[in-house]
Amino acid sequence: MTQDLILSVRNLHVGFNTAKGAIEAVRGVSFDLGRERLGIVGESGSGKSQTGRAILGLTAANGHIRADRLQFHDTDLRNLSPRDWRKVRGARISMIMQDPKYSLNPVMTVGDQIIEAYREHFKVNNREAKRRAIEMLESVKIRDPELVFKSYPHEVSGGMGQRVMIAMMLIPEPELIIADEPTSALDVTVQLQVMAILDDLVRERGMALIFISHDLHLVSSFCDRVLVMYQGRVVEEIAASNLDQAQHPYTRGLLNCLPKMDGNHADLPVLARDAAWETQDLT
Amino acid sequence: MTQTTSRLFKPGLRPWLTSDTPQSRFQARCGRAWMGWLKLAENRLAMVGLGIVLSLVLVTLLAPVLAPYDPLAADLTKRIQSPNAQHWFGTDQLGRDILSRVIYGAQYTLMVVALVVITAAPVGLLVGTIAGFFGGWVDSVLMRITDIFLAFPKLILALAFVAALGPGLENAILAIALTAWPPYARIARAETLTVRKSDYIYAARLQGVSNTGLILGHITPMCLSSLVVRVTLDMAGMILIAAGLGFLGLGAQPPMPEWGAMVSEGRQFLLEQWWVSTVPGIAIFIVSLGFNLLGDGLRDVLDPRGGD
Amino acid sequence: MFSVLRSNRDGRKRARLFSGTGGSFIRLVFSLIITLFGLLLVTFLIGRVLPIDPVLAAVGDRAPQAVYDRVREEMGLNLPLWQQFYIYVSNILQGDFGRSVLTSRPVLDDIKRVFPATLELATVATIIGVALGIPMGVFAAVHKGKWPDHLVRIFGLVGYSMPIFWLGLMGLMIFYMKLGWVAGPGRLDAFYVDFIEPTTGLMLIDTLIEGDMDLFWNAVSHIILPASILAYFSLAYIARMTRSFMLEQLGQEYILTARVKGISETRIIWRHALGNVMVPLVTVIALSYANLLEGSVLTEIIFSWPGLGQYITNSLLKADMNAVLGGTIVVGAVFIGVNLLSDVLYRLLDPRARR
Repeated sequence: MTQDLILSVRNLHVGFNTAKGAIEAVRGVSFDLGRERLGIVGESGSGKSQTGRAILGLTAANGHIRADRLQFHDTDLRNLSPRDWRKVRGARISMIMQDPKYSLNPVMTVGDQIIEAYREHFKVNNREAKRRAIEMLESVKIRDPELVFKSYPHEVSGGMGQRVMIAMMLIPEPELIIADEPTSALDVTVQLQVMAILDDLVRERGMALIFISHDLHLVSSFCDRVLVMYQGRVVEEIAASNLDQAQHPYTRGLLNCLPKMDGNHADLPVLARDAAWETQDLT
Repeated sequence: MTQTTSRLFKPGLRPWLTSDTPQSRFQARCGRAWMGWLKLAENRLAMVGLGIVLSLVLVTLLAPVLAPYDPLAADLTKRIQSPNAQHWFGTDQLGRDILSRVIYGAQYTLMVVALVVITAAPVGLLVGTIAGFFGGWVDSVLMRITDIFLAFPKLILALAFVAALGPGLENAILAIALTAWPPYARIARAETLTVRKSDYIYAARLQGVSNTGLILGHITPMCLSSLVVRVTLDMAGMILIAAGLGFLGLGAQPPMPEWGAMVSEGRQFLLEQWWVSTVPGIAIFIVSLGFNLLGDGLRDVLDPRGGD
Repeated sequence: MFSVLRSNRDGRKRARLFSGTGGSFIRLVFSLIITLFGLLLVTFLIGRVLPIDPVLAAVGDRAPQAVYDRVREEMGLNLPLWQQFYIYVSNILQGDFGRSVLTSRPVLDDIKRVFPATLELATVATIIGVALGIPMGVFAAVHKGKWPDHLVRIFGLVGYSMPIFWLGLMGLMIFYMKLGWVAGPGRLDAFYVDFIEPTTGLMLIDTLIEGDMDLFWNAVSHIILPASILAYFSLAYIARMTRSFMLEQLGQEYILTARVKGISETRIIWRHALGNVMVPLVTVIALSYANLLEGSVLTEIIFSWPGLGQYITNSLLKADMNAVLGGTIVVGAVFIGVNLLSDVLYRLLDPRARR
């Protein structure tokens, strides 16, 4: 895995200055990523989304990032100029966001938004871009790509919108995709469908994936490796296949929250919390 | 700013105001007002506005003391003097002291604002709360009437009223009041719609409070803060319309030292004797800027939805 | 003065003139018709019920009683009020606003003659206001809380506080009398006035039709100062609303999407955010345009601009009520028409409102 290192993060901190004082959302996260699928799991406020955004340099204006190392291939992501960031975003690292209802521009057609993503990084004419966009819509299993191409975001369903999102973010062929809760705004029935499409494309094109979710079960079935975050720290790192051997009480707690089919209908356990987890480091 | 103001109070008053557990409704209200004041006091521009407005009131009250000359005393031997040691802002075409006229003119401006507000705001409040509270056809009829008045451009409607009523300051005030109430009705209605279904209204109704009691005692107070913001912001507009009417010769009549009329009188001497028109114009500008700055600051404090 | 401008300047979503128009286009048209009817009723009441005697205005106060009575009957003033109103409305619907006492021509003819001047002034002012106001608002929003934002805010508040008639006088004094950069009052130099055939009534277009560039530039130098002064007010309003809408849009999720795609900040602001801002902004621009048609009254007086505002004011000073009310109705109707237009534009710009 390490022979093909893509992203290396050491001691990442993300903080915010708010009206109520300074908040540390991410407090010393470290991990390495090869050409693999990494899951980051945690409850809301655990810092998992902010970790993803920090990798893209999209921390909000009142926030600040600090890290000992934030290396993407040979690029140091810590002090990129806006111009250099634009060569990384979209083209090399991209992100799929949570809810297509809000993350697509409501007054631009789906096609225009996909073409825009492509032509930002490839010098091609409009016709060629359109051909690629239609192709891409087909590859996310949209049945009538010509129609969807001309549609506005409010005219497509949530599941379709998220497939459009995937098409738009994958069209410039980035090496790393960050999927931030890509299915949590969708109906349960289309969640797996959309995840399967994303998974197929990521495998086919040999991309690396960081899958951010609160759903440990979903993450473990689509990822090779899982980071469990709590209060801005990584409390456990474990191979997805070994999840049932997790050591950390927080991870065990998350696992025990999953309802089981085998008929033991005791009360769902409440997550145990321990202030010590917030300070101890993963060793 | 906050330190100087807090020194005005006795040491025991501050904890009383900032208490988390007020002992009475009165204390809670004072506490809220105090917090609002602190927030307003942070806004330097709003404080400038407040200073201008307070100065306007002071100048109005103290006009006889402040003005060096009689504003109406014509002296043709001294006509159209440029600003000098005796007449700081010069004299006009009849030899009257412009500074004194501007000082006395403050009272007309204040009078316009005060009279329009005490007539238009209650009317708008009443129409809006009744429309919002009862809903249905009452709402439709009242709001349609409001829309009709809103569809008229304000100045033209005021002009038409003044034309029918005859020129004069009182008629100008009446005309402005007649055109000023519709936005207040809209605001009051919107606020009423948000509260009329609340539990506390049901609770009051169950205790046997009448419709009149509900509107006056329980709904009107909820509309006041947005209304105050809006009225303060509108005051500048009222001043400008009144001055505009005065300028057209339809408001205050000569020899009243009303600012708009004074600008108009100075028009003919514009090129050589610029100060005759300029000084009252600046007075109008400063006072309406004061109301705008204050209103802008008040909005940030009282109407958090309006601020970004 | 800028009544509706002020009423909507703190509106968050979409500024709207009419309250009962949340629903369909047909409902909007219906409510506009009722509003128009109300407009007629109010003007009628002002003209007939308030204490001014239209007969005296027509015959003068030294006319003998017999003449007075005859004229009163001719004017239909002896009929019951509701009948008078009926006649009034049916006359106006046929385009008969009565005769102006002042010009002794039909009021409608007078209005047709003067309205293009006002339209031209308000249009040029709106173009200036939009061209400067939108960039200023965007600029303020992008630099929220920093000095450009404060500068735009103060610039706007100064605009709201300035007595327009005084600003006009100062403008004339400085740019025309002292510096000579622009031409003075009127639409053309007196020397040129007879050279031009009023085809459209819009001087800038008529001079171009005639192909006389000297005349065209003369018209430009006449309109630029009054239009700029009028524009200040709409500029302040448009900048403020643009800023507020822009801040709302820049916080939306799709902006983050665009950043993820690697789109340039310039394109994000001007294409993505502004594209969405334009939707509510159309209503704001329409409102400010309608208000300029009214707000031009004082400007027209200062600049001897032969438009509707000057016509109404002059008639007013001579108690020529037919002309005043006719002018008022036209302004009110234009106001309503512009509102309708803005609703149509809104539907065109927002794909979500299309059906």
